[in-house]
Amino acid sequence: MRDRVNRLMALIIQACALSSVLVLMGIFLMLLINGAMLFKEVSVFDFLTGMTWNPGAFDGPAYGALSLIWSTILVTIGAMLMAIPLGIAMAAFMSEVAPRFWRNLLKPLIELLAGIPSVVLGFIGIELIGPLLQKYLGLSTGFNALNGSILLCLMALPTIISLSEEAIRAVPFSFKEASYGLGAGKWETLIKVTLPACTSGLIASSMLGLGRALGETMTVLMVTGNALQFPHGFYDSVRTLTSTIAIELGEVASGTTHYFALFAVASLLFCLCLIINIAAEAIAAKFRYRQT
Amino acid sequence: MMNRNWYSNLGFGSLYLSTFLVVGFIAVILWDLIYKGAPSWNWTFFSEGPQEGMTKGGIFPVIVGTFYVTLISTIASLPLGIGTAIYLQEYAPDNLLTRLIRSSIRNLAGVPSVIFGLFGLVLFVQHMQMGTSLLASGLTLGLLTLPTVVASTEEALRNVPQSYREGALALGATQWEVIWHQVLPAASSGIWTGAMLAISRAAGETAPILFTGVTFYQRFLPQSLFHEFMAMPYHIFILSTQHHAIEIVTPIAYGTALLLLVQILILQMIAFYLRYKQTSTRR
Repeated sequence: MRDRVNRLMALIIQACALSSVLVLMGIFLMLLINGAMLFKEVSVFDFLTGMTWNPGAFDGPAYGALSLIWSTILVTIGAMLMAIPLGIAMAAFMSEVAPRFWRNLLKPLIELLAGIPSVVLGFIGIELIGPLLQKYLGLSTGFNALNGSILLCLMALPTIISLSEEAIRAVPFSFKEASYGLGAGKWETLIKVTLPACTSGLIASSMLGLGRALGETMTVLMVTGNALQFPHGFYDSVRTLTSTIAIELGEVASGTTHYFALFAVASLLFCLCLIINIAAEAIAAKFRYRQT
Repeated sequence: MMNRNWYSNLGFGSLYLSTFLVVGFIAVILWDLIYKGAPSWNWTFFSEGPQEGMTKGGIFPVIVGTFYVTLISTIASLPLGIGTAIYLQEYAPDNLLTRLIRSSIRNLAGVPSVIFGLFGLVLFVQHMQMGTSLLASGLTLGLLTLPTVVASTEEALRNVPQSYREGALALGATQWEVIWHQVLPAASSGIWTGAMLAISRAAGETAPILFTGVTFYQRFLPQSLFHEFMAMPYHIFILSTQHHAIEIVTPIAYGTALLLLVQILILQMIAFYLRYKQTSTRR
């Protein structure tokens, strides 16, 4: 009896473990099968390079995703330009400069930021950041790519800070001792010894932050204005891949070309995120290998 | 020498400045939510449904909807996630399959939440014919929070000393008895930490429930698993972007956002306490 329970439970546990593999494969297949249906009617080239996205047009709807792709890239680049320097600087502060007391205070604060739901940040973007941008930059509206970038920066920061801090703390103390021994100051040691020693860890953490920003939906949906146009700068309104799915899927009939087009957009997004995650994982693995 | 000092001060100054900027930003967000959200908290706000096109009344059905959907997602993700973590930590041989499972979980954590929504729509709403419902949304959120549960459970199991297992095995316990009677109780606070984090994540997500069952207004509470429901994140979204009289409903949206924030704060504090308890009993 005991033996049977033991064997049965081993099987159940194994089945649980397989579930996550099945879910990931299921997501992949679901996106692939539904997305591929679009390419019966629209060529892959037109989808990736077409400038107009207008699925609702009566005379020949257009499914060109280039402006959506560029919008996503623009907002994400803006976010990363802010989040990577800020995040790494704060990680360096927490691990190298701050006394233990401050570190113990900052860590839960960063966790709290990570826990704030994206919709609440989007709400802040509408109520607080939008009007500020409008007022101080003299724009007609505060709902543009810049607003989205600021919020995405906030969403990516916790990932970048906590993983970078881990990477910086993993640098062996002997590196620093050797540097101090040679007469280097604290700042020189940080810039020329500690940070270079964990570069791959910092790159991996930045990439995971990038992946987080790329796939974020609600914040960009709420604050970027969602105009269907090819954006030329951070003051333009943009419509990202994620917000397009969120806006249009609710009002589209299942099985239509438009429906499949949204799955094609999602496939694109999924592949981008997957590539970034796998690359980050590979870089982080290399980093771990070097440590030992 | 003078130059070098100046350079170093500038460098450390920039680190201080960055930290100050981030902390300041967080503080401004929290202050804004509390300052503008707290005045709309009163008894009516918590006990009654939205009235007169959501311009008056409270958010009682919205709170209930979030509670239900979070409960379902937790019921779905906890057993599955804990099972996966037990496999990885207690059973898994170091082979290709184990690496595949680990890599799947890591990648699942990086899948955008809106794609979980699409998956939920296709699998639960359409193929399993649940319709747009509490159940479909709850299960979708359950899949979304799976990696969170697995990661923290695994860490908790890893922290259980090997001697606990060896002692029980030496007394003739089967592997399952070791796990059930020794390892899981010893890891329980770590597992609860993960559960709290998963709940707080599920309660705040909007994109996955957008197409799978949330609705912006309903006169009655959901009566069964197959009804649509209202939820706090979606309520904030609707009130701040889709409502016809945004100025009038902004206080209600602020109140809802503050409630969501307070709830997450409480869950995180419980998680923090459990983690603290776990590390302090070990030493």
